[in-house]
Amino acid sequence: MGKDSIRVLAVASGGGHWEQLMLLRPTLAQYDIRFATTEPAVAAQHGIADVESLPDCNQNMPVRSALCALVALWVVLKHRPKVILSTGAAPGFFCILAGRLIGARTLWIDSVANGEELSMCGKLSKRFAHQCWTQWEHLAGPDRPRYFGAVL
Amino acid sequence: MIIVTVGMQLGFDRLIAAMDALAPSLGMPVIAQTGKGSYQPRNMEARVKIAPAEFEALMGEARLVVAHAGIGTVLTAARCAKPILLMPRRADLGEHRNDHQLATVGKLAGRPGILVAADESELEPRIAEGLALTDWSATRSPTAQQLHAALAAFIENRPL
Repeated sequence: MGKDSIRVLAVASGGGHWEQLMLLRPTLAQYDIRFATTEPAVAAQHGIADVESLPDCNQNMPVRSALCALVALWVVLKHRPKVILSTGAAPGFFCILAGRLIGARTLWIDSVANGEELSMCGKLSKRFAHQCWTQWEHLAGPDRPRYFGAVL
Repeated sequence: MIIVTVGMQLGFDRLIAAMDALAPSLGMPVIAQTGKGSYQPRNMEARVKIAPAEFEALMGEARLVVAHAGIGTVLTAARCAKPILLMPRRADLGEHRNDHQLATVGKLAGRPGILVAADESELEPRIAEGLALTDWSATRSPTAQQLHAALAAFIENRPL
């Protein structure tokens, strides 16, 4: 099976999370890549027109988080990716959770901005994603999170 | 053109004033996004806020970015393949809540396209180094190469 037949859903909220996903784009472009974000206008600026839109949310917005989880499930069911990865934040985590329901392999890459401790979603991903990576070597644990370099 | 940014959240007059003093000697236009600072620049174009789309366009034209050590700015510069010179905010001068920007520059110094000025006295020589950088954007840092390789391995379900 060729690389371009592996369907990958890559998810990032607007801002720094999205910047980091774009830095990984040269590698992601080898696969059947689909993107989802909370700021589709920024994705369009980067030449990604068919991006899936997710409502932004965080732990202080329970209703919006529930809505985001439903949209994330819809996006995952629509694309049926083999692999789901996110550079953050909560909407990406919901896509990873939804991915577990359809048997996708899931990867959380914690933001390079988290140099002191893992984000909350990062901590949850240690349990709920297949892999949880930090971008800071000193934050890597014996088991999780693991460290395999950084976007910078 | 050189673009200076301290983000939109907090002022950083120490960097803005130092860049204003250097601006006449740099031989090219300097545009600054000053955030909530109180210093009024005289020698460079200064704006409190620059909208993201315009900032992106300016970044595209810039030869060098001079900024506080905010990770968002570092990432944007990396995506636009622009060299960036970072000067960290200091908590003891009331420039931030804590010294995480000092930690950030400590960890990022030496990666391709990233230069560090510990304080304003180091700006001038570091700017000259930044403007002299050529072809670095083709060199992905060793840590970035490692991450790209691991990501490909994960996606293809190969051993990490």
